[in-house]
Amino acid sequence: MKIQFLFWEECPSHPDAWRRLHEVLDQLGVQAEIERIEITSEDDAQRWHFPGSPTILVNGQDIDPQPQSDARLTCRLYIHEDGRPSPLPSYATIRRAIEAARISER
Amino acid sequence: MLEIGQTAPDFTLPGIDGRTYRLQDLLHTHRAVAVIFSCNHCPYVQAWEDRMIALQREYDRRGVVLVAINPNDATRYPEDSFEGMQRRAQERGFNFLYLHDESQAVAHAYGAERTPHVYLLDSQGVLRYRGAIDDNYEHPEAVRHTYLRDAIEAVLSGTTPPVETTPAVGCTIKWRS
Repeated sequence: MKIQFLFWEECPSHPDAWRRLHEVLDQLGVQAEIERIEITSEDDAQRWHFPGSPTILVNGQDIDPQPQSDARLTCRLYIHEDGRPSPLPSYATIRRAIEAARISER
Repeated sequence: MLEIGQTAPDFTLPGIDGRTYRLQDLLHTHRAVAVIFSCNHCPYVQAWEDRMIALQREYDRRGVVLVAINPNDATRYPEDSFEGMQRRAQERGFNFLYLHDESQAVAHAYGAERTPHVYLLDSQGVLRYRGAIDDNYEHPEAVRHTYLRDAIEAVLSGTTPPVETTPAVGCTIKWRS
């Protein structure tokens, strides 16, 4: 499984998201190759279709796909299962994406 | 950056209700003014919005006003436009003032860096607390330190806030390039 962790340094949520990602991988016992990709410019954001920091791709798929999101340097908005807005993806969102990738790799 | 004990720069800014607000006027009619640099698009702001509404509801009758000021460059972040502010306030039922710092001069004068970034002023316009609203943007039920609330209580009782500064946690202000 390949995971790409895209982040913009100016948004402070990426260390917590990084920790959360590793916690879920540990809980699921999944070994994954994780690539950290720092987005540093609007050009980078466009090239990576980066809707905000952090963005996590599992086997190239966004863990929380949003069809009409603009690419730009900003903090990313996630809406959790209980409807609350957050700058972090929920554990459940990360877990769903990794489990789906694991199933598709079988 | 505006420091604890300094007098806050005055400002006059348009509000989403079509009126113009001057800080000096607000200070004359309130016991404390919480200036909060804010915006529409930032997820940190959105995560704290309900708590801002709750604080205004709770402290309105005690003479405290929350004044959210959006300084973001709307050319790069269109949802932070004045019209976007009006829409967001209506959708979310804002009960606090929401002003537009289109020139970004007020944010520069205060040294604001992030949204949300709180500056609590006493009735003399002196900065008494600067920083975050509380210590947990994601889980209101897990908050351990209610920095702004504690500082408001201290100002209302004429004492020094238990914590006077904390790091602002949020999105960087989107300055004009």
